[in-house]
Amino acid sequence: MSIHPQLLHLIIALVITLAWVGINALVLVYLERKVAGFIQRRPGPFEAGPHGIIQALFDGVKLMCKQLLMPSGADPILYWMAPILSMLPVMLLFLVLPYGPTLTGMQVDLGVLLILAFAGFNVLALLLAGWASNNKYGLLGAGRAVAQSVAYEIPLLLSVLAIAFMTGSLDFVAITDGQGPWPWQWNLVYQPLAFIIFIISAVGETNRAPFDLPEAESELTAGFHTEYSGMGFGLFFLAEYGYMVVVSSVAAVLFLGGFQGPFGSDGWWWFIPKVYAIVLFIMWIRWTYPRVTFVQLLNINWKWLLPLATLNLLGTAFFMKVF
Amino acid sequence: MSAVKDIFQSVKDLWSLFVGLKVTGKYFLQPTVTVHYPRQTVDPEVEQTFGGHVELVPKPKNPAKPKCIGCMMCVTNCPSGCLTVVKAKAPKPTPEEEQAMKEAEARGEEVKKPKAPKEPAKFLYDYSLCSLCGTCIENCPVGSLQYSHNIYFVGTSRKDFKLDLLKRLERQAENAAKASGTAPKAETAEAASKEA
Repeated sequence: MSIHPQLLHLIIALVITLAWVGINALVLVYLERKVAGFIQRRPGPFEAGPHGIIQALFDGVKLMCKQLLMPSGADPILYWMAPILSMLPVMLLFLVLPYGPTLTGMQVDLGVLLILAFAGFNVLALLLAGWASNNKYGLLGAGRAVAQSVAYEIPLLLSVLAIAFMTGSLDFVAITDGQGPWPWQWNLVYQPLAFIIFIISAVGETNRAPFDLPEAESELTAGFHTEYSGMGFGLFFLAEYGYMVVVSSVAAVLFLGGFQGPFGSDGWWWFIPKVYAIVLFIMWIRWTYPRVTFVQLLNINWKWLLPLATLNLLGTAFFMKVF
Repeated sequence: MSAVKDIFQSVKDLWSLFVGLKVTGKYFLQPTVTVHYPRQTVDPEVEQTFGGHVELVPKPKNPAKPKCIGCMMCVTNCPSGCLTVVKAKAPKPTPEEEQAMKEAEARGEEVKKPKAPKEPAKFLYDYSLCSLCGTCIENCPVGSLQYSHNIYFVGTSRKDFKLDLLKRLERQAENAAKASGTAPKAETAEAASKEA
């Protein structure tokens, strides 16, 4: 009996993806703390290893060694399912990202759709976590997570749809090929409004500051994951950073020309820096703006992002039809 | 009309976001202002701006004695009750003096009993209770209290923060006398911890 080559390909891709998600989380935890430090003009992690390089690793080990607790009266199945449910789709999302012309875990014609569909899983996980915790803060956090994610999904979809209109495809590789290697050939130039809306919605969708209302640690004492300890919390954490890389990757593909580089030097060496530039920008945003209130959050979405995204989409459709 | 105004205002507000990004971006590139404490210490000038626990101000002529007159204004005004001042009592007359005083009284002369000196016998301070409000400093009529620059003050138990300020002042005066031969008092972490 021989293994189907495509299955083998998928398994290898999945293993690499797992490693990639883990490494990304380590790097991002370190990066986040360093960026926070530098913006506040302090060194950030410094003691563990040269310039605190292995601090993130120690953080991970600490998280894994902690006791797993469940509050009394909580729903055990849902309670433990939530962090896993939050983490699992992340693997799938990483599979379809095009790192290079041939370096894709699973090239599908509906890559964009797949990402958008499975990214929504996170909302379910947050809802379950908050609901099953038997904790008022958790429940409030879950409610806010749902209201926020549902709201921000719409302008996100509309801005992605504008790009899909331009390319006429939902395949990541096709979208990448639709753009040129140089910055003025990127979709960013043709769709600046969509890009801005996408970034804002992505920050809202990944529950990053200033839109980190579900876990608002000063008002909700960490919201939906108030009751989670050790790796239960760790998985949410890992998933958050996973999603952050995913949205940054999607943004890089849709707006920044993906893996394309000048002089035919396509490859992941162009893709990764673009992704990390966006990640750094999102971190920069986090340490600059104060958290918005929930009213402001919903106002920004329903009063600004949604109409603007709709106009942008209609405009794009009009231009695609006329020219 | 107001809708148009709103939109203009929103665009203006949007600009403020970029100003914020500019500020944090600038800070990102500037050198850090904190120090790695065990390996580095703060500059002496920076240390002078630090308002640490309350300490006594020495007399200009006698650095081992405080300016304090034991009026208890600091204790009365302290909201946290972290100061304990015991006034000095009048010196007890010796038996001969007592005898002399009795005799003088018997002769019908006016006797001058020895007065209590205007200084504290004890000046205890519990830093663990202090809120550093400075009310004691403001209310001291002779300016005998001030914030110390004791920046590296750590302890392993609550007892470490119960200070005898009179003894501390004496110790400081001794250290200063020792150091005066060599150099002006070096405000290092070690010296500060000794002072405390």
